[in-house]
Amino acid sequence: MDQLVNYLYISAILFSLGLFGVITRRNGIAVLMGVELILNAANINFVAFSRFGGMNLSGHVFSLFVIVLAAAEAAVALAIIITIYNSMQTVNVDDASSMKQ
Amino acid sequence: MSELAFWSVAFVTVASAGMVVFSGQLIYSAIALLFTLLGVAGLYIFLWADFMAGVQVMVYIGGILVLIIFGIMLTHKIVSVKISQSNVQRKLGAVVVGIFLIFLTSSIGDAPWFQMVTTEPSETVRTVGRLLMTKYLLPFEVASILLLGSLIGAAMLSRKEE
Amino acid sequence: MDNIYINSSIVILFLPLLAFIIQIFIGKRLPRQGDWVSISAILITLFLAAYMFISMLSQYDPNFKHESSFMWMDLGDFKIQLGFLVDNITIIMLLVVALISSCTHIFSLKYLEGDIRYSRYYAYLGLFTFSMNGIVLANNLVSMYIFWELVGVSSYLLIGHWFEKDSAANAAKKAFLTNRVGDIGFFIGIMTIFTAVGSFAFTDIFEGVAIGSIEGATLTFAGICLFAGAMGKSSQFPLHIWLPDAMEGPTPVSALMHAATMVAAGVYLSVRIFPLMTPDALLFVAYIGGFTALFAAAIALTQNDIKKVLAYSTVSQLGYMILAVGTGVYTAAFFHLLTHAMFKANLFFGSGSVIHSMHHALHKKHDHKTDPQDMRNMGGFKEKMPITFWSMTISTLAIAGVPFFSGFLSKDAILGGTLSFAQQHPQHFLLPMFGFGAAAMTAFYMFRMIFMTFYGKPQMPELYKDIHESPREMTGPLVLLGSLSIFIFYTLPYFNPFSTHGWFTDLVVAKDSFVPGNISAHEIAEHAHHAHMPALVLSLSVAGLGILVAGLMYLKKSLSADAWANNSGPLYKLSLNKFYFDENYDRFLYQPLMKLADKVAYFDWELYDKYFINGFGRITSWLSDISGKFDFDGIDQGLVDGVGRSAKQVGHSLRNIQTGRIQNYILYVLAGAILMIIIQAV
Repeated sequence: MDQLVNYLYISAILFSLGLFGVITRRNGIAVLMGVELILNAANINFVAFSRFGGMNLSGHVFSLFVIVLAAAEAAVALAIIITIYNSMQTVNVDDASSMKQ
Repeated sequence: MSELAFWSVAFVTVASAGMVVFSGQLIYSAIALLFTLLGVAGLYIFLWADFMAGVQVMVYIGGILVLIIFGIMLTHKIVSVKISQSNVQRKLGAVVVGIFLIFLTSSIGDAPWFQMVTTEPSETVRTVGRLLMTKYLLPFEVASILLLGSLIGAAMLSRKEE
Repeated sequence: MDNIYINSSIVILFLPLLAFIIQIFIGKRLPRQGDWVSISAILITLFLAAYMFISMLSQYDPNFKHESSFMWMDLGDFKIQLGFLVDNITIIMLLVVALISSCTHIFSLKYLEGDIRYSRYYAYLGLFTFSMNGIVLANNLVSMYIFWELVGVSSYLLIGHWFEKDSAANAAKKAFLTNRVGDIGFFIGIMTIFTAVGSFAFTDIFEGVAIGSIEGATLTFAGICLFAGAMGKSSQFPLHIWLPDAMEGPTPVSALMHAATMVAAGVYLSVRIFPLMTPDALLFVAYIGGFTALFAAAIALTQNDIKKVLAYSTVSQLGYMILAVGTGVYTAAFFHLLTHAMFKANLFFGSGSVIHSMHHALHKKHDHKTDPQDMRNMGGFKEKMPITFWSMTISTLAIAGVPFFSGFLSKDAILGGTLSFAQQHPQHFLLPMFGFGAAAMTAFYMFRMIFMTFYGKPQMPELYKDIHESPREMTGPLVLLGSLSIFIFYTLPYFNPFSTHGWFTDLVVAKDSFVPGNISAHEIAEHAHHAHMPALVLSLSVAGLGILVAGLMYLKKSLSADAWANNSGPLYKLSLNKFYFDENYDRFLYQPLMKLADKVAYFDWELYDKYFINGFGRITSWLSDISGKFDFDGIDQGLVDGVGRSAKQVGHSLRNIQTGRIQNYILYVLAGAILMIIIQAV
């Protein structure tokens, strides 16, 4: 609990799981969840480095910005997914490939 | 005691994250994501970041997760509770991500981490607020514009076609 | 340019242009379509010209001359100076232009009332006046040429004023193109002189002629070329064909341009360039003029259209002036220009007045088939239109050469000069015969016109009761110009009706030719003086004869015109059909040219194009086939396509990776990153 590496391991696992989700999930919303996991992993790192780097709160501020970005990203991504669903009746990212050559 | 608490929180976080990724049903993934986010908030508390924990709960769980669940509900028939979903390129993905994880963990383990010893601050909100209003004022404003832009963009994208 | 004469000339020159610009752009929106703009501009011009004229008279100096020039183009050795020349001739001419132009403007008020392009008509009148004044004021050949062309353009625009009529549009085109033929000659002449003398200004050219920088055959050639321009504008044989057709324009325009001023520009040019004409060139000029005078008069004998009679009469009178220039009495030519401008403009205005009232009468009866210009439909108008009748009669007496009228003086001077020329050079006895013959015919056809129009029984009685005198705007100019046909205005301060002696002869004095060896002006005047008496008697008798015959034929009817026409056989038909000039031009000029063009085109196409050009093409095509084969089989297929094909193969196999799935790509990116880490670590 007082060791930096513990947080880093947890963060690494979360990151890898998120990455796996992004790579393998077919459903767009599930992909979005993977992205959220990756962002959370990054946030954990920020806050952890802040805690063990002399309680410099810049790390907190950065993770705040990340949360803001995540919120924006989620909103736009869901809007896109809903639009795709309305026009193609699917949310599977590999089905929604009519823009490919 | 607190060690035990820490490890249980860590376990819940990782386990539910696994559920998020591997669950066959989308709605379960969403529920699992709730626990992951809660776990992360707990980790923040262990990291003396009480304000961040609050923000995590409010924004992630109260905002983003609700949004995601809305998204699920809007894109699937609500009556069929079993919203199944499948994965692609599982094996290849697992191998690559596994190798990646091994790299990460080994480099984390190898690195000579330097830890400063500090005392726990009584509260962090005041300092974070000061930083936001002074050193990070410009990014703060830019972030507000970004939020506005994404709000308009999302509304624009999801409205009904005329 | 602080000279009062130069300054007023500049105002005279540019005021009509200003009126033109105002009229063409906003004329339609002005009250009364802006005719008052043009009229006030021209009246100011007239006032200034009259002022200059009076001050010229008060100076009474034959050598009166003001000149001013400015640099227009300075290209190293090639310098062109433009400028103004104001002397007695210029001032008289300016006054004539301003006077006739003012009359035309006022006359047109009623004549063109309600016309669809009323404001544009006035605009063009302004443009014409501007251009004509430009010609008059030029002190060099270049600016004269510029304004010369501008006059051509405004003439084109005004003849084609009613361009909805095909005949008007064609006449405008014909006038413009025929003028172009002469103008090309004019231009060649200008350039010939410039090459030799190096200047365009009259003064420099005369100096160059005097010191012999240009002489002999070259000078003759240059003179004839310059005269070609005059032939075109003054409608001399063989370029006379456009003037009768130009009668398609509104009658006031005919009076202004095709009687008094524009066609006089050719004569004016001849007068200006007289000092550089060699005897050979002058002989050419004289024969052209004399022949035109006789032959146009012969055509006028039989025409039935009132304006056509006047048109051919104009051609004939211009021939007189040219004849006078050719025989050396060029001041007489200018004198005749002056008097002719007055009485011929008056005759045209008179005919306009007649046509106007015919037109209204026909309009009332809704008769659109009868030609309002045909004299056979008139007759007996004397009582109905007394002012028109009297002013036209005065002018007719003047043109016929009856004493106490202006035409007698000037015509007499010309005939005297011609006669004396023939006395000096008996081999050219034809020239006075042309002159006297034309004089007899002129008297005949002019009185024929008067008798047919104003005397006798009305030919169309049902029309006759609607004929009435024209409004004041039209009779005013008639009265003014009619009175100016009386001799007194030209002989002041003397009152001898049989002598030209007066302010004109005092102020416009013939100058010696600058061509070395030419007969001096004094000698010419001396000879002409001796020939004066016989010429006077002769011209009076031929004029009397002409009037007598006309009276017997058309007034007393004791001689039958039809019988004479039958007896004269083919001559009558020749005259009636204008000597078949248009037809002959068509047959001997246009058709052969068309045929020649066809032949050339045939040669070009069938022989040159098909064998020579296409032959080249075929050889090139054959060569390019070979090189194409080499290119295609060798380079393209082997080298270029080889590269392409191998790239295609590689691409084909690589294509399988490109699934279009973003998740695949992320996986590849991740794998690539791992690969890099491994490489880095090893």
